[in-house]
Amino acid sequence: MKKTPLSFSKLGFLTAAMVIFTAVPIHTTEILLSERRSTYEQMSRETRAMQDEDSANPGMLWVLDGEALWRTKAGETNRACANCHGDAQKSMKGVAARYPAYDDKHKRAVDLEGRINLCRSEQQKAPPFVYESRELLALTALIARQSRGMPIESKDERLQSFIESGHELFNRRQGQLNLSCVQCHNDNWGKKLAGIALPQAHPTGYPLYRLEWQALGSLQRRLRNCMIGMRMETYDYGSPEYIALETYLMWRARGMMMESPAVRP
Amino acid sequence: MARALINIPAKARRGEIITIKTLISHAMETGYRYTTTGTRIPRDIIHSFVVTYNGEEIFSAELFPAISANPFLTFHTIATESGKIEFTWTGDNGYSVTEQAMIKVE
Repeated sequence: MKKTPLSFSKLGFLTAAMVIFTAVPIHTTEILLSERRSTYEQMSRETRAMQDEDSANPGMLWVLDGEALWRTKAGETNRACANCHGDAQKSMKGVAARYPAYDDKHKRAVDLEGRINLCRSEQQKAPPFVYESRELLALTALIARQSRGMPIESKDERLQSFIESGHELFNRRQGQLNLSCVQCHNDNWGKKLAGIALPQAHPTGYPLYRLEWQALGSLQRRLRNCMIGMRMETYDYGSPEYIALETYLMWRARGMMMESPAVRP
Repeated sequence: MARALINIPAKARRGEIITIKTLISHAMETGYRYTTTGTRIPRDIIHSFVVTYNGEEIFSAELFPAISANPFLTFHTIATESGKIEFTWTGDNGYSVTEQAMIKVE
């Protein structure tokens, strides 16, 4: 096909688009990098103290379980995580800060829970853990703990399409209340919703111990929580929508410090 | 997977007031909840917590269904002598966990 220069009609459209975009004030729905805050900063002194001290942080109970599971042999190969990865404190340092990561073999983004289950099914030849099971949360908590205090990294260009679809989902109005994530978390963070300060929703501390749950939970569980609040139908655990949202949220929080396992009200 | 976390200073001066923090993994099922099919979830809680310092009881607590999951209990005591501090949690369905920690008093 012969390449044609921009036709007049295309030019006309572009000008029209430019006029529209400059004439209508666009609501800025992105938080400036310098204005990003971890929800930690909005918490009470008591809840912060719980997170800061390992012996007061209930999330550490899952980390301890994770340490035991790390050394437990499983599957047809009868191998434990430690048989390949050695000491989690060394080999898993900084890993969670880079997840969700792009998986070459499956050509998609994989979150930490998904990676653990892929390792189980493909390497250990063991049945994958159920989402939100004590075992999966424990291993995730153990791995995420090794990235505490490290900055979140999101540099892999292959994640771009996942970040974009996550961004689209984050901006899409959904559910019976016709709400999008940005309406609370970008436009109104810091204001009160039913007595609670709206957070910016940075996934810096997952899996985290939520006092309301009285248990540790994953980012996907937290996302479902918001979706139920928006009165929309939730996605199934592990669905591409959650992975895209997780990938986008980690990109959005790039450079922020990992706090896993965090404590939240 | 019953696990406990205990925070106690390894060393203390004689007569010093020390803080002991304990956290234990437990669902603390109240007995007032029902499943989606309407069957009652039976009560399953820790109902007592006892701490001894070289065999002598220094702290005890009764726990009730209103106490949250994974109970976190903090208390103070006076460091009198070096030795063993033993923590025992007992609960429904034969639940019993004992942990110990050593303290050096100078």
